[in-house]
Amino acid sequence: MTGKLRHLLLARRGGASWHWTDVASYAYLALGVLLMFGPVAWLALSSFKTPAALLEFPPSLLPMAQSEVSVPGYPQPLPLFRVTMEDGSVRELAQVRRVGIVAQMVDPKEPAQTIRVPADRRTPVRHMALAVENYTDPLTQFDFLRFLRNSLVVTVVATVITLIINSMAAYALSVYEFRGKSVAMLGVIGTLMIPITIVLAPVYLVVTKLGFVDSLWAVILPGAATPTGVFLLRQYMLTIPRDLIEAARMDKASEWRIYARIVMPLSMPALAVLAIFSVMWRWNEFLWPLAVLTKTEVHTLPIALNAFQGELQTQWHYLLAMTVVTLLPVALVFAFLQRFITSGIANTGMK
Amino acid sequence: MTDTMRSHGAPARGPSAAAAAVTTGSANILMRLTDPPMRAVQRLIGAARMPYVFLLPNLVFFGLFVFLPIGINIVFSVTGGTGLFPAERPYVGSEHYARLLDCGSYLEAASCREDLFWRGVGNTLTFTVFQMVAMVLFSLVTALVLNRPIRGRGFFRAVYFFPVLLSPVVVALIWKWILQRDGLLNAVLTTAGGEKILFFVDPGWAMFWSVFVSVWAHMGFYTLILLAGLQAIPRDVYEAAEMDGTRPWRVFHRITLPLLWPNLLVVLVLVLIRSVQVFDEVFVLTGGGPGTATMMVVQYIYTTAFANQVQNFGLAGAASVLLGAVLFVLTLIQLFLTRRRAS
Repeated sequence: MTGKLRHLLLARRGGASWHWTDVASYAYLALGVLLMFGPVAWLALSSFKTPAALLEFPPSLLPMAQSEVSVPGYPQPLPLFRVTMEDGSVRELAQVRRVGIVAQMVDPKEPAQTIRVPADRRTPVRHMALAVENYTDPLTQFDFLRFLRNSLVVTVVATVITLIINSMAAYALSVYEFRGKSVAMLGVIGTLMIPITIVLAPVYLVVTKLGFVDSLWAVILPGAATPTGVFLLRQYMLTIPRDLIEAARMDKASEWRIYARIVMPLSMPALAVLAIFSVMWRWNEFLWPLAVLTKTEVHTLPIALNAFQGELQTQWHYLLAMTVVTLLPVALVFAFLQRFITSGIANTGMK
Repeated sequence: MTDTMRSHGAPARGPSAAAAAVTTGSANILMRLTDPPMRAVQRLIGAARMPYVFLLPNLVFFGLFVFLPIGINIVFSVTGGTGLFPAERPYVGSEHYARLLDCGSYLEAASCREDLFWRGVGNTLTFTVFQMVAMVLFSLVTALVLNRPIRGRGFFRAVYFFPVLLSPVVVALIWKWILQRDGLLNAVLTTAGGEKILFFVDPGWAMFWSVFVSVWAHMGFYTLILLAGLQAIPRDVYEAAEMDGTRPWRVFHRITLPLLWPNLLVVLVLVLIRSVQVFDEVFVLTGGGPGTATMMVVQYIYTTAFANQVQNFGLAGAASVLLGAVLFVLTLIQLFLTRRRAS
């Protein structure tokens, strides 16, 4: 049995024996897992800690809280400690108060009698406790749901617009020959060179003129036409057999019908890749929304998180929980579509 | 129909099939709504002019949010005042450019009139150099390891790749939490007998972590490109080398590296283009601090145009034009290299 297990764990592809480079490879990969997953796992664990537990140094690995007992005669529940007594025995006592280096303790079973012990002889009794209120409080106290909704609206609406207008342009540039085609292609390539980073102020001006300042349209519209998307779709549409389109024209189908009924369904794989890209771009977008969304009501999640980390320096427990919520949809998309995303990126070399 | 779809979408059948099923119903309704007007348009202008109709929406967006802004940016950079609309802005000629480029010595940011800009340039250069070296090194090593016959390659590839999808704000907050004064890393350091380090108070450490976090977040993307390149190298080349008893280092030097070189070049230029525009992660992680130790060019532009008390669109515009010129050249190089790789 152990032999089989050994074989299963240690056998190499091709049945060759182990070489030091194999050991080094697996060591590198193991370190990689620790470095890549570790920080996210630490974030998730920390997000369930109470504010008191977050202040602890050195921090505990799991979210812990000090156990408390209610003792007759005391209105508040008292924190529980494990105390090493002078005779060497260990007792669990509740602490009434602490004065300097001496703590007044009481045995929950004999509440009448208080015991004085040196403070350094006690260690807190702890149990694992998930501070779910880190997640529920922001929902009720801040406008967290509104930010979540803003992010969702931006992501969905922008992705739909991107898919429609990019596929229309890609269709024109892949199926037709027309005057000005090369100019249009050059224009699309040209936009590759102008990231939003260098036209922040002028785009702000355009958005102001259009009356979109402090509305979600200000974030949705400027990035809707993407050169990446046009290229990706065009490349794919070029592989669609011309005969199909010619046959449809014979049947008196309109050009719009050919686009919507033949080319679009056949381009589904490329459209899906673009949809995933677009969702990632929009959900994570930062600099432009930061510049254009000044009112809190229209903040998207990343902008809200950034604002929180400035304002709520001490309220890490809320900040960590909200970070986890922001991360979660992306993690889910990735979990289900991992192969799809990675092959899409490997094929196009874009992200 | 399904047959053609299948032959077409072989690598990605699962999600696309599901998406197709969902969209079919709504597509019917949409078709009924959109076909008559589009048919009328076609009758009006003729089928030959239809491609312009298809191009129109995308080009309107490009025009409004890319080409028009470039023009406005140039206008901004040669006009002054605090107005947003060009009509409210007096012409000042090359004043902003002169102000940005007015330096006692270009090696000493403090000697410049607009010292913050040059600090940003200097920081961006430092960041870019370290980031390029670290990014290419780590993604190359990771791609080489993942290209070996290892178990669970898909899993490990996913492990290195997933941070690429995270929001830069999330990435920065994850690391800020670890690196803060009482954070996990300082806990490990003190447990190991060391002293706490205030990472965001020391300029050197702040820059180090800015580079580190960017590499952490993006190396998976470049690893993927390099891995695709490695897997495209024919197996028999290696088999032939093995038969000849070629040493592994020589195989890497004489076979792998030359054959991977086109991909490596593309990665180098992409890293360069992204590094020059770095903003998000670093801004949330360090806020540009301590002082101006990690303030990058884009942060300078953003602050000058939006975050300062007096919004100076002219100065920001001039800085944008300069940055844009650099990016333009870099992107031309990238396009040239990608085209060469494709052919």
